[in-house]
Amino acid sequence: MSAILPPSERVWWNQPIDKLEFIWIAIAFVWSLTMFGMMIWWHIYGNQNLANETYKTTKEMFAAKAQAVVDQYTVRTETDKQVPVVKPPAGSDIYLIGRLWDWWPIYELEKGKTYKLHLSAMDYMHGFSLQPQNINIQVHPNYDHVVKITPTQAGTYSIVCNEYCGIGHHTMVGRMYVK
Amino acid sequence: MADQEERIPVMQKWLDNPFLLVFLGVAMPTVLYIVWGVMEIANIPVAR
Amino acid sequence: MATTYRICPRSGLQFDTAAEKLMRFHAVAGVLALLVGGIMALGVILTRWPAIKLLPADTFYMVLTAHGIDMLIFWIIFFEMAVLIFASSTLLRCRLAMPKLAWVASILMVIGAIMTNVAIFQGESSVMFTSYVPMQAKPHFYLGLILFAVGALLICFIFLGTLVVAKAEKTYEGSIPLVTFGALTACIIAIFTIASGAIILIPTFLWSLGYIREIDSLMYRVVWWGLGHSSQQINVSAHVAIWYAIAAIVFGAKPMSEKVSRTAFFLYILFLQLASAHHLLSDPGLSSEWKIVNTSYFMYFAVLASMIHGMTVPGAIEQAQRLKGYNKGLFEWLRKAPWGNPAFSSMFLSLIGFGFLGGISGVMMGAEQLNMLIHNTIYVPGHFHATVVIGTTLAFMGLTYFLVPVLFKREVLFPGFAKIQPYLFGLAMYVVALVMMGAGTLGVSRRHWDMAFAGAPMAYEWPGAAYLMMGLTGIFSCIAIVGGAGWILQIVLSILFGKKLEEGELRSTPIPLTLPAPTTGSKVHPPATPGTMVLALIFLTAFILYYFVNWKYLSSLWGLS
Repeated sequence: MSAILPPSERVWWNQPIDKLEFIWIAIAFVWSLTMFGMMIWWHIYGNQNLANETYKTTKEMFAAKAQAVVDQYTVRTETDKQVPVVKPPAGSDIYLIGRLWDWWPIYELEKGKTYKLHLSAMDYMHGFSLQPQNINIQVHPNYDHVVKITPTQAGTYSIVCNEYCGIGHHTMVGRMYVK
Repeated sequence: MADQEERIPVMQKWLDNPFLLVFLGVAMPTVLYIVWGVMEIANIPVAR
Repeated sequence: MATTYRICPRSGLQFDTAAEKLMRFHAVAGVLALLVGGIMALGVILTRWPAIKLLPADTFYMVLTAHGIDMLIFWIIFFEMAVLIFASSTLLRCRLAMPKLAWVASILMVIGAIMTNVAIFQGESSVMFTSYVPMQAKPHFYLGLILFAVGALLICFIFLGTLVVAKAEKTYEGSIPLVTFGALTACIIAIFTIASGAIILIPTFLWSLGYIREIDSLMYRVVWWGLGHSSQQINVSAHVAIWYAIAAIVFGAKPMSEKVSRTAFFLYILFLQLASAHHLLSDPGLSSEWKIVNTSYFMYFAVLASMIHGMTVPGAIEQAQRLKGYNKGLFEWLRKAPWGNPAFSSMFLSLIGFGFLGGISGVMMGAEQLNMLIHNTIYVPGHFHATVVIGTTLAFMGLTYFLVPVLFKREVLFPGFAKIQPYLFGLAMYVVALVMMGAGTLGVSRRHWDMAFAGAPMAYEWPGAAYLMMGLTGIFSCIAIVGGAGWILQIVLSILFGKKLEEGELRSTPIPLTLPAPTTGSKVHPPATPGTMVLALIFLTAFILYYFVNWKYLSSLWGLS
């Protein structure tokens, strides 16, 4: 009987399944396993896997590490706020701070070189959204997330904050250069 | 009908038991999602 | 307490009069929440439409918070409570367990909903639907949600209690109806949802009062999404159950296979809730093993289940139509369907939109690595407007066209408008979901007051296409809002002023269900469903293409490891 009445057969489990219905289930099952396998395959053969390397930290400790890199490698400053532009050596650890309402500092990276980018927030959560690449990563306070990045195209990139962080959220845009 | 004598299969019995389903439906995500997830967060090493 | 029953002369359904009052109460409360949420939608969209940018930033974030909570929590859960009561006491033809407790629960829910809304509109709780710590709302924001959740949890238990009553008093024979089974699935997911909500919101409430010093932001996100995402999985189970119900009511359609459909719901019970991990794929600290197992609903078993429902619902309709003689070609059954009946057209638009737009995009963004492309972009609201608005809300609207005469005993006013309402609202929403996803693919952020970054020292310039997409989002959202507001107006006026219909017989004892002899069902071989299979294969092709296009896009990004 219809779906709003109890099944008319007392033992409905043994009813035969329609042939087309069965074929569709088989196709859907194979597709499900394919999609599952795809994520694992990409971990082995793909070049874009988000790192899980994370440490518990404190705002003070992370800020101090960022300051040390800035002190050592700053090449110039930009805008009225004198944001340092930092040119670290390839392969080094670099620290990006998200806070109300800016990303600090600006890094100048070399194309094709790999850097260990540390992300953390100083207050609320923030969203690291690298444009126009469109790489989006959640940034938490008190966690140091270490992402190995290898810029593949030169250019000027923006870091938009895409996690709501209060009234000045829309002004929170940072920058990154790749030469 | 012959139906009346036919034994009800185990899977049908399970699906007819709402409380078993409640148990499974709460236990699965609690273990796989919440407990496993919280344990991973609790085990994040401290930065030096 | 004496229970009375009413037999509806239009549908033959039997209502426990106490349960009936509760259903009406929840349906009305839900529609009021939808009204508030809908007015907020207008504020949201007229601000995000770059050419208009109506509200100042603080008002925008307040309005957006209210829109999210009133729609995603209050409208939908109130309506779902009505569905739970309907699927238990009405479909099983029995009395509702503990009606007095049900009233206490309902009042709690209303108090909670009002309290949270008051907190939001006082202006110091603009923390969005997700209320991520360490951003803090006022204590009564959290308290309202907790009270609402307690009320909803009690009604879930009353639903289970009613299943026990029906079994003990033998008001039905054999297994519960498929629709009730779907409602049971929704109820189970709701229990997990609300438990997760309690685990995280009670400490957060205490934190807002100052009794707890700090709440870990990552821990909060993991547990909160057990609430935030699973609550939308209640919707999926509920609206799939409603698809089956409307197919049964409109066509007398019989499920293609009880075994297959129930097993699919069983897969939902086991795995659907794991998808809460979709929100944490771009977060630090959680291993890829955890991410992959959870985001894929173990091994995409819940996607498998949805693909099954997506075929068996139209399949059952095709069988019923072919039995009626609409046998020509692949699609006569579909062409001759009652497209002017809003219950059917809502349901069918809901099914197609949920599958093609909501389903495919959801699976794409739920792949661990692909998530980085769209995390926190407006793609995400694009996706869930396809699932929650097209999928759930449209299905609920369709069911309401059936409930007004049956439950409220009134004729639906403006039948001409009713015919086009599902298309106006549904199709406009199709476009909204698509263009939001388009803007999100270009990177545009969600929950963002100004895509031109006014006042930012280093503003970024979005491509022109992104502005075009956001403009289209504005235009089509306004059309959808007209369709939604029209529906609210129509339903409210019908309930208040529609022609009164015959009450039906009142009795003090329930009439047990008499089933027709099963012989006819088993002897007649149901017709094959080639038309549905073709639709399903079109769906699969779209799915596969879109899925791999996004991997291609991902492979063009910077190296990340």
